[in-house]
Amino acid sequence: MVEFILRRVLQAILVLFVMTVLVFFGVHVIGNPIDLFVSSECTKACVDAIMANLGLDRPVWEQYLIFLGNLMAGDLGNSFTFGVPAMSLIWERFPATLELATAALVIALVLGLPLSIHAGLYPDSPVSRAIMALSMLGFSVPIFWIGIILILTFSVRLGWFPAIGRGETVDVLGVPVSFLTLDGLHHLALPAITLSLIMLSTVIRLTRAGLREVLTSDYIRFARANGVRETRVIGWHAMKNILIPIVTVLGMEFGSVIAFAVVTESIFSWPGVGKMLIDAISVLDRPLILAYLIFVVTMFVVLNLIVDILYSVLDPRVGRSAR
Amino acid sequence: MDPVLDIRGLTVAFGRGATAVPALFGVDLTVQRGEIVALVGESGSGKSLTGFAVTGLLPSGAQVTGGAVRLSGTDLRGLSPAAMRQARGRRVAMVFQDPMMTLNPVLRVETQMGDALRAHQDISRRAARPRLVQALADVGIADPAARLRAWPHELSGGMRQRVAIATALLHGPDVVIADEPTTALDVTIQGQIIALAQGLCRDRGTALVWITHDLAVVAGIADRVAVMYAGRIVEDGPVDAVLDAPAHPYTRALIDSVPASHAKGTRLPTIPGRMPGLSDMPPGCPFAPRCAHAAPACTQAPPPVVQTADGRAVRCLTPLVPVAERGAA
Ligand SMILES: Nc1ncnc2c1ncn2[C@@H]1O[C@H](COP(=O)(O)OP(=O)(O)OP(=O)(O)O)[C@@H](O)[C@H]1O
Ligand SMILES: [Mg+2]
Repeated sequence: MVEFILRRVLQAILVLFVMTVLVFFGVHVIGNPIDLFVSSECTKACVDAIMANLGLDRPVWEQYLIFLGNLMAGDLGNSFTFGVPAMSLIWERFPATLELATAALVIALVLGLPLSIHAGLYPDSPVSRAIMALSMLGFSVPIFWIGIILILTFSVRLGWFPAIGRGETVDVLGVPVSFLTLDGLHHLALPAITLSLIMLSTVIRLTRAGLREVLTSDYIRFARANGVRETRVIGWHAMKNILIPIVTVLGMEFGSVIAFAVVTESIFSWPGVGKMLIDAISVLDRPLILAYLIFVVTMFVVLNLIVDILYSVLDPRVGRSAR
Repeated sequence: MDPVLDIRGLTVAFGRGATAVPALFGVDLTVQRGEIVALVGESGSGKSLTGFAVTGLLPSGAQVTGGAVRLSGTDLRGLSPAAMRQARGRRVAMVFQDPMMTLNPVLRVETQMGDALRAHQDISRRAARPRLVQALADVGIADPAARLRAWPHELSGGMRQRVAIATALLHGPDVVIADEPTTALDVTIQGQIIALAQGLCRDRGTALVWITHDLAVVAGIADRVAVMYAGRIVEDGPVDAVLDAPAHPYTRALIDSVPASHAKGTRLPTIPGRMPGLSDMPPGCPFAPRCAHAAPACTQAPPPVVQTADGRAVRCLTPLVPVAERGAA
């Protein structure tokens, strides 16, 4: 297990290294952030002073080495635009993103599991065909389009849901959350649904396919031959086998959902890290972009570990035996 | 008394309507209380399908299209799904071929056996434990309490098959259908499992239908043997009579192709050709194209069941033993 974790961490470090190099030099090629945020009255001398202050006057490779040195010390640098540590900005915004992604995951499971179990048990029924067609749509229609259609329909035309923002929040352990207030739930609904569609489609496809396969297995036939009730056969004997791939895929997809909440957060002006990234890119706030990407990679590594641990809990054949 | 299992003219087909492909063509099989019957036939002859029809667990796409299956007098075709579930495990139970696949890989033995026990008995998990430990001890599993907590992958193939047998016998069913339960095991274990199943069923008066394609197994375990070919029972009679003097040419050919029955140093006879598939079933006797005794009439229409002089049933126009006088029992 230790060796396994170590290997994962080494992989992550390699990914981080390559990624920081790409971003660092990429941003350098695109342009000089100073041009974007320094006010027009600033003289040449004033610009030079700011450049020197931010270390942008040095050659780019030297800047990179300094960045690496600070990184070793756990310092990701200050945001160019906000002047505060980049990481603190991320921690400030992350709860909103996590809340949105979790809400999306819950929607995907609560809707997806019953629908896909129906589709797996009665593959030829018209309802099942409709469910499968919808899951195809979920995969193939771009998120931003769905988000915009939802806004046009439910906010603009019907006026049922607000289109932007987080609504009223309450603090739980010092972290503001929306889902505990009616107004917050109202605001959460549309972006969460939008973000859930891909996960929902994944749940439906995986569960249905898994169920179809598991239901033909001898052990299910054996359980039925012993008279075990159908609810128990499907709900536990079959589901426990299907859960393994679902947890694996959803675990990884949850990471992508957080990472790519960018689109949904922009459409709905949801004040999470995704929206922050877009803003940071538009002003070439390099420390903030780098901090965000490092954060995302780390999150993937952690999620990966959680998935692997869950995996060995769910599948007795993996990992240490049960003694 | 009613036989525990009475299959009459059972037909099963894949698909519906005009495109339906029949797979069982009127199977007749009667099993008396406590009797051990071997159901023999080559791969694809419909042995498993017969077992599945009896437990109401046909694969999707297959359905019973005619005939009757009675368990201790109750016709299964009239049963609701709920009543059918009540019958499974209590009246009829089944054991399958592949011990690696019969137990659910992600559930402990205790969960699986406990669910089977609780399917028909209102008993807590805790109260079920001693019952399950006893059931495992009865099938000769050492340290049953520890085995009960085990995952299937921690058990050997033979041990898993013992667990399956213990589970199938939990509610003392009238009849157990064992679908080639020893095929996947090595020979020494095979013998143990056969002796175990035979002993338990004899002790408890449970009837046993032992599905196999191995004639060598038949002599050791069964009272009666039913030989199946292309979706029909072609011969049915006491084991000794059938093995000593087979009435159906197919049974004869099957016996001759068993290595053990064959003189050393000569070529092992094989049956020429192959069994017809479901979609190319000939109009007459399905064995006629491979049969050394076939008469022209054999290819015209499926032969009816005739009684031999010693009381066996055989589906053949040219049986190898004398048939009963017309009108005799
Ligand atoms: N799911 C299915 N779909 C279509 N045909 C099937 C299906 N299952 C079985 N069959 C066909 O039904 C016939 C009988 O199959 P069955 O499994 O009962 O044979 P068997 O005698 O048990 O053979 P084996 O010794 O290989 O287990 C075969 O011709 C087989 O091809
Ligand atoms: Mg079979």
